[in-house]
Amino acid sequence: MIINTPQVTSPASVSRLMLHVGYALIPGTLAYVWLFGAGILMQILLACLTAVATESIVLLLRKRPVLKTLSDGSALLTAVLLALSIPSIAPWWIIVLGTAFAILFGKQIYGGIGYNPFNPAMLGYVMLLISFPLEMTRWPAAMSLLEQAPSFQTSFNVIFNSGLGIDTISGATPFDTVKTQLRAGMDVPATLINSTYGKLFGSFAGVGWEMVSLGFLLGGLYLLVTRRIAWQIPVSMLGTIVVLSGLLYLIDSNYFMSPVLHLFGGASMLGAFFIATDPVSAATTPKGRIYYGIGIGVLCVVMRSWGNYPEGLAFAVLLMNMAAPTIDHYTRPRVFGQGKGN
Amino acid sequence: MTTANRKIFDFHGGLELDEHKSISTSRPIEIAPIPPLLVLPIIQHIGNAAKVSVSVGDTVLKGQCIANSEGRVSARVHASSSGKVIAIEPRSVPHPSNLKVESVVIQTDGRDREIDTSNVGVTQFKTLSTRDIHQRIQDAGIVGLGGAGFPSHIKLNVGEQPVNTLILNAAECEPYISCDDMLMREHAEEIVNGLRIMQYALSAQHCIIGIEDNKVEAFSALQKAITDQDDIELVRVPTRYPAGGERQLIYTLTGQQAPSQGRPLDIGIVCHNVGTAFAVNNAIVDGQPLTSRVVTITGSGIPQPRNMQVRLGTPIEFLLEHCHSNKNDIGKILIGGPMMGYQINAYHAPITKTCNCVLVMHQRDITAAETPLPCIRCGDCNDVCPVNLLPQQLYWHARAQEFDNIQDYNLFDCIECGCCDVVCPSRIPLVQYFRFSKTTIWQQERDKEKSDKARERHELRLERLEREKREKRERHNRKKAALKKSPEQKDDPKKAAILAAMKRVQEKKTQTSAAPANTENLNKEQQAKIDEADARRNKQKESESS
Repeated sequence: MIINTPQVTSPASVSRLMLHVGYALIPGTLAYVWLFGAGILMQILLACLTAVATESIVLLLRKRPVLKTLSDGSALLTAVLLALSIPSIAPWWIIVLGTAFAILFGKQIYGGIGYNPFNPAMLGYVMLLISFPLEMTRWPAAMSLLEQAPSFQTSFNVIFNSGLGIDTISGATPFDTVKTQLRAGMDVPATLINSTYGKLFGSFAGVGWEMVSLGFLLGGLYLLVTRRIAWQIPVSMLGTIVVLSGLLYLIDSNYFMSPVLHLFGGASMLGAFFIATDPVSAATTPKGRIYYGIGIGVLCVVMRSWGNYPEGLAFAVLLMNMAAPTIDHYTRPRVFGQGKGN
Repeated sequence: MTTANRKIFDFHGGLELDEHKSISTSRPIEIAPIPPLLVLPIIQHIGNAAKVSVSVGDTVLKGQCIANSEGRVSARVHASSSGKVIAIEPRSVPHPSNLKVESVVIQTDGRDREIDTSNVGVTQFKTLSTRDIHQRIQDAGIVGLGGAGFPSHIKLNVGEQPVNTLILNAAECEPYISCDDMLMREHAEEIVNGLRIMQYALSAQHCIIGIEDNKVEAFSALQKAITDQDDIELVRVPTRYPAGGERQLIYTLTGQQAPSQGRPLDIGIVCHNVGTAFAVNNAIVDGQPLTSRVVTITGSGIPQPRNMQVRLGTPIEFLLEHCHSNKNDIGKILIGGPMMGYQINAYHAPITKTCNCVLVMHQRDITAAETPLPCIRCGDCNDVCPVNLLPQQLYWHARAQEFDNIQDYNLFDCIECGCCDVVCPSRIPLVQYFRFSKTTIWQQERDKEKSDKARERHELRLERLEREKREKRERHNRKKAALKKSPEQKDDPKKAAILAAMKRVQEKKTQTSAAPANTENLNKEQQAKIDEADARRNKQKESESS
């Protein structure tokens, strides 16, 4: 059979898209390494190896082409995103387990790329967070806060020798600190200027973390400008976070974090540009993507403000993943020649 | 009158493609030589096939009608050179499935003798009635030369419906194709005059020529050809595929959207192609039927791409040889442009009225089709769709063959421009899926119509049988009821009649037994003789018995 398709060469390809998303992660990752040590690189490496191994095994079992499928790059991207989401000083089996779970139950079980209803990295993250709360909440401290920067050997030991010496290099994240202190009865402004905790908040949203967020923002802008991701999701999501947290901040600045802290203190930037924009699990209509972004933004602020966990992005993304098909159904664009244009 | 300050509306989506047009516009339109054989299919248009009006062995002249139109939506076919009809048989036509169509095959004599058209042409077309013009256009066998091939006399005879704007589509947005561009450069006067004739035939208030802004020479040629008396606006539109799509061009020029399941005429707009305007001018002014068209012969498989004035029916193979295309180098031949054109395998198929381009791709440029990856719903296809469809969702339903859902997503608004195919990172042949779904739905509808009709017939029959039964029963019941109600009244006269008849029979019987019928009214003599004979018989009887 002759398949009539346009005889026009085009550079569009899935692997190229994934590759550029990978490039866009570089500034944020570099900032991470620079400010928190090389642990994250080990996590990324472990995640990638696990992803490739898991995906290969599943593809072999499913009798699908292994190399061709792996070369689309989506498994590697899932691995890197998950590695960037977990604490970089978590023991090795955390990332191995999480990545294998993400690939297996987040993606391949539904038929591989294109068929997964949930963002695989976030599914892996949430599984880890629920199952291993201790390991998943011990975050690295910025090296500038430590008396002695961890050597490569220390990082290696922490990751591979079950947290040997972890106490010397771990520290609370900005969101953690705010939540813990609120529970202890200290309001947000007091925490920020507190002699013990104040130094955690850096120049505007957390030592180290603010720079990592800026790095992800930079990469995200690159993706936006080169039109590799839909603008609707990051714009509506970040916009909603700013507006909603701004309103709450105006109502009660003692209890609620400022919009700046919301944007740069947690996973907002990584989430808005790299996680919520995963096209497979997101809404796909132009209008739907706006609602989808708004939904994640609202859930994020709500969970951060009232939820049990300091960060709610992963839950927000998964919940909106579930809503995506419905959103798509109700936001179909008006087709040319139907309606008001006449 | 020309204006350049009309507001331009941007249609959704579309693509800026590499044009590849300049490779075929460097030389003037060349008149293609007469091929030894001409193959003229009787259907080169949308509508009914024409009916062959010549026989094998006939000598025909150029311009002679060889197949007459059948019904209103049909178009005549004319001989495109002089010669002898050597066969009338199914021959390959340019079609993706090697379709064969009844064709008149003419062996040319090389002399190109024409029918006499000297008295037919009219320089002042306004001396003709619009009806006359419609007739002449119909007689000339003109169809839309932009690609669709709808008989032009119908699109120029809209009856009662008012036409505000006649749009001349000079966009020619597909890459590689340059036949309209070259025609405008060289025959702008004729095209503009053809447009005037069309405007007159449609009684259109206003004319707009929409031309892509990459056709600078053609634009200035048209500008020169339009006079101050004309109500013709010459408007540049941005070069963005598919700017030349009928609905896209209408929107770009007027901001109006032709209703999705209707026609441009519903909003008072009619659209024609520049090639058609040229043919209309030739038919009215010179009295010449449509026997040739300009074809772009281009692509990497053609050493010197060019435009040629080609006699309809010229085998494509013959043109390729003429252009020194090396047969072994040919990887693929497309009829039309790279976006919407279709591949053909029968290189001996003829050029027909709707062939605007023969795109020959060199073997080295053919890459094996990539196996498509699953859709990742990136939505790039939606961003480029000029109709604002959601190809990613259509594809999902097309794969699942959910034909109800796919129609909810407006499958039938798809113009098959191919933009989604080009941007798809998973390299999914989306349009192919949509074509397949459309044809499947059409087939299902035809089948359904058939079965509906059959069911209707069956139901009607059942109903009839039922009705007959019911009527029979009712008659019966009525009779029964009547019997029960008043048995005397109704039966008396009948019974009486029967009784009376029986009585009469009885009487007759007694009478005949008394006297044989033929012995009545006898005279005395006869009676005496009979009595005598009786007496004798009686005596005889007595003697016998004793």
